Amino acid sequence: MTDYTTRITTVINGQEETFFCEPRESLLEILRDRLQLTGTKEGCNDGNCGACTVILDGVSVNSCCVLGVEAENASIETIEGLADGDMLHPLQQAFIRETALQCGYCTPGLLMAAKDLLAHEPLPSNERIRLWLANNLCRCTGYTRIIKAVAQAAKELHQKP
Amino acid sequence: MHNFDFKKPSSVTELTAMMTSYGRDARLLAGGTDLIVGMRSGNLRPAVVIDAKKIPTMVEIQLEKDGLTLGAATSCRRIWENRQVADIYPALIDSASLIGGTSIQGRASIGGNLCNASPSADSVPTLIVMRAVATIVSSRGTRTLPVKDFCLGPRKNVLADDELLLQLHFPPPPKHSGGAFNRFIPRNEMDIAVVNAAAEVELDSSHTRFVDVRIAIGAVAPTPLFVSEAGNAIKNKPVNRKTIDHAGDVAMACAKPISDLRGTADQRRDLTRIMTIRALERAVRRAGGTVTDD
Repeated sequence: MTDYTTRITTVINGQEETFFCEPRESLLEILRDRLQLTGTKEGCNDGNCGACTVILDGVSVNSCCVLGVEAENASIETIEGLADGDMLHPLQQAFIRETALQCGYCTPGLLMAAKDLLAHEPLPSNERIRLWLANNLCRCTGYTRIIKAVAQAAKELHQKP
Repeated sequence: MHNFDFKKPSSVTELTAMMTSYGRDARLLAGGTDLIVGMRSGNLRPAVVIDAKKIPTMVEIQLEKDGLTLGAATSCRRIWENRQVADIYPALIDSASLIGGTSIQGRASIGGNLCNASPSADSVPTLIVMRAVATIVSSRGTRTLPVKDFCLGPRKNVLADDELLLQLHFPPPPKHSGGAFNRFIPRNEMDIAVVNAAAEVELDSSHTRFVDVRIAIGAVAPTPLFVSEAGNAIKNKPVNRKTIDHAGDVAMACAKPISDLRGTADQRRDLTRIMTIRALERAVRRAGGTVTDD
């Protein structure tokens, strides 16, 4: 029987991580099942819902549509790395302040997608935020509060020295 | 998902050698937004998956005097993030920035969208009107082919089992020219086109007459269609409402749509006219012209 297992080294949230995986395992499965980083959620598992969004080498992607073996030497940011210790990221604080979540299942993906947006476009318009987050579905909030929270966090981050 | 061998060639020579030895048992991985989804659903079961992204030629954006060359595995996001490309080839950005959503665009490649050969592919009409030429390689050699001849039917393209799409080349846009792409979907984002259309126009120096016009339409036939009849019908005609409407009518007559869950054939015919007109309007504006009412 063929052994497909490969050893992969990556940097996840600033820490070097090594894992063994088969080519058929998605990055999402690796994060959740092998590395116990269960903040990243599985939704549709086919690239439609955005619940599994992580930042791979500076670009937000659906981790369900990335193979674990593709992550060799990559830098990955997940929701677990967003806060600075006990200090929540301004995006997380704004989501809480604005009640930009109800069940919270889509929230990790939305936060990572929003982080990627603000890293490239510090003060996006509401329309731009809507367009950017179109890949992230939320069945609870109706999006209005999410858009508001991202806009607020953008302002706050922009004003920081 | 079924298990498979994973290969990461670092040169084109290594890659073509693999394609020769594995043939139809292998699938090339670029962004994976079609391949990985297809493998998970069980529709695609390649024995070998070859990641093309470690090969510099496959992911390079080269903007030079003789035009733009894109590695086939270049992601849509890397294309729309490139300001120089956006300035010179805005129609390409129209397409690259609306395929899926942001996190799809971060992975989905321009060459993958073409090779996937979907009748509704949102980049293909644009590639056609921009006169893109595909560079196809195998261990037997290299050949080039205009993108308008690349797709043969739904999910069918011209590539032989040992061949792969290496690059897409776009000539520099002529003076006084402009291009645009648009599509109709029932919502704002994240959907598959009911109909899409791209246009590239070249105007005379006074911006009042069409010198050359290319129009392509999608989701209205088994492949994206280059409708040369529609462009030729308005060559040397004045840039006005009547001329543009006429091109819309001709494009509509060329459409051979089917009815499916996304729309009826009648709706698609009507949309072909409208999407063509809108693509032309925007292309004319980008070329520096104005669509007058007379």
